[in-house]
Amino acid sequence: MWTWFYKLASPPSVYRTATALTPWFMTVALIAIACGLIGGLGFAPPDYQQGDAFRIIYVHVPSAYMSLFCYSAMAVAGAIGLIWRIKMSYALAAATAPIGASFTALALVTGSLWGKPMWGTYWAWDPRLTSELILLFLYAGVMSLRPAFEDPARGDRAAALLSIVGFVNVPIIHFSVQWWNSLHQGSTIAKIGKPSMPGSMLWPLLTMLLGFTCFYAAVVCMRLRGEVLNRERQSAWVREAVKS
Amino acid sequence: MSTADLEPQVSALRAMTLIVGRELRLSFRRPEQVLQPLVFFLIVTTLFPLGLSLQLSLLRDMAPGVLWVAALLSSLLSLDALFKGDADDGTLDQLALSGQSLTAIVLAKTASHWLVSGAALVLVSPLVGIALGIPWGVFPTMLGSLALGTLCLSWLGAIGAGLTVGLKRGNVLVSLVVLPLAMPLLIFGAGATDRAAAGISPAGALYLLGSLCVFTCTLAPFAVAAALRITLEG
Amino acid sequence: MDSAPQGLTIEKIHVWRGDRHVLRGVSLILQPGELMQVTGPNGTGKTTLLRVACGLLRPEQGSVAWCGRPIAGVRPQFHSALAYAAHEPALKGDLTALENLRYLVGLKRPVRTAELEAALERTGVAPCAQLPVRVLSAGQRRRVALARVLAMRSPLWMLDEPFTNLDSAGSALVTDLLREHVSAAGMALVVAHHDIALSARLRRLELQ
Repeated sequence: MWTWFYKLASPPSVYRTATALTPWFMTVALIAIACGLIGGLGFAPPDYQQGDAFRIIYVHVPSAYMSLFCYSAMAVAGAIGLIWRIKMSYALAAATAPIGASFTALALVTGSLWGKPMWGTYWAWDPRLTSELILLFLYAGVMSLRPAFEDPARGDRAAALLSIVGFVNVPIIHFSVQWWNSLHQGSTIAKIGKPSMPGSMLWPLLTMLLGFTCFYAAVVCMRLRGEVLNRERQSAWVREAVKS
Repeated sequence: MSTADLEPQVSALRAMTLIVGRELRLSFRRPEQVLQPLVFFLIVTTLFPLGLSLQLSLLRDMAPGVLWVAALLSSLLSLDALFKGDADDGTLDQLALSGQSLTAIVLAKTASHWLVSGAALVLVSPLVGIALGIPWGVFPTMLGSLALGTLCLSWLGAIGAGLTVGLKRGNVLVSLVVLPLAMPLLIFGAGATDRAAAGISPAGALYLLGSLCVFTCTLAPFAVAAALRITLEG
Repeated sequence: MDSAPQGLTIEKIHVWRGDRHVLRGVSLILQPGELMQVTGPNGTGKTTLLRVACGLLRPEQGSVAWCGRPIAGVRPQFHSALAYAAHEPALKGDLTALENLRYLVGLKRPVRTAELEAALERTGVAPCAQLPVRVLSAGQRRRVALARVLAMRSPLWMLDEPFTNLDSAGSALVTDLLREHVSAAGMALVVAHHDIALSARLRRLELQ
């Protein structure tokens, strides 16, 4: 049974699967995002407290969600690579990292744009945004560690170990930042909270979540193809694939 | 000679005692390696009043945070000595091949590292406390939180050091790796001292710091041993 | 008669360093009373082979077994039976020769100072026992490292270029120690460019 799995995880098979799946994921992603944006920007009623400013949650919340999802995926892929020594797992972790970091940056930017109408300033050390910022630093650590090793295999293993350590720390960081914020928070600054959600507000959000997830899947497949080709560049099948 | 004949003849506890003895002896023969991070600690705490304001009341408000940031940064400096010396002269290989569990070895090395870096920092901190105007009543909380915090930091630093020991220019990378992980520590530690300074009970913060410390001390040794195994393959 | 397999068995080891296929299907068997010399041009993976044999490096393919059991399962026992001397003497410069020995050999077996002094005596560096290693010459450090290998009293020796930095007296010493070790049913895996002057019981493995 395991031979089937190892065959699936072999580089040529991963390459073929990724190539095949990319257009499907991308199509679903684009449709979902389009629907979500139309629903969220057009159809959803303005929030009675925040007016039209809240609409940025249609980009902010899915980004924040994806930033955590990608970090978890990266840590799990790293763990699989370390425990079962599957090299393609490391390729997946390497492919996911920059995507996750980009989602984190997007969450930070959209969060601070949201903050301007709410707080009057672009950055007010809101606990959720501060946690996102620390998450960005965690991504930076993993992404800097991998290329620092001369032997890419050791770099993969070190980055995998670091992403697992970071993963364990994410809930701790989140909790500690909330705690810190509850000490220092003045009553004038409101946290970025989701507005109360009638159905017409909710479905575009869920659609955007689906769209972002499929977008991630599509992009990771594209990056994965590149990673696989790079890592396996010495092998015969790659030379064949590049020739054709 | 079969495998049965050669069980390890030295218990883990005895081995750890030996390693702690070795590390302490090495530290005392190179006192500058111990003193330099402490001096850095004092210098950094001087930077804040110079850079900001000499108003003692303002300093007092900022003091716990300044103290903690300085402790964090000077701990990073002392991390270099943890594994690099052994990796460079090949003794790390010998330790890994000693028949003792790498986790036990790591435990002994990190504990002795804390004794000469973190514990030393705690001893020096009253000087900094006085310089920054921290009231006497806050000192127990300050010392307690620093003791727990530096222990935690030694472990987080050991993870960073273990991952980067073979790398050229690993020092900046260690900081990049360790500092985000150390932020909860900073929050709870400075928070406890802050609350004590404001007259509120720091117990909650100290308990949180304590549980973080226990959590780290329990899991970190395995992570450090795993990191060293990756390093040893090079 | 002990029917269990003795000694070290290495089968079809493959190791890649980045893009380089450093070890290609290397195999060897080492029994008690045998000395195997590993030779080959620079860069053919001799040190890598030794590190794989010790268990410091996991090969991509292939296996290493000690007394018939894979080393991953019997690591403490295997390492207790092993004395490894790398190309670097692996000594702390700030500790004396005696302290270096005590702290490393002491992790493997309880030793008394007298035994360590005897080992230093055997390798000709008894006067250096109380000197910090950083003041010793390269040849003296090599001899201290040899004393460490001796003091461990392990059946399996793995030595990487043990003749480095030694004069002819030192090289003769290494050869003598190897001969004594192998005669006492010990086994040794030695990387050396030098030809070891032990015709009997010497096998060669040449890496390309």
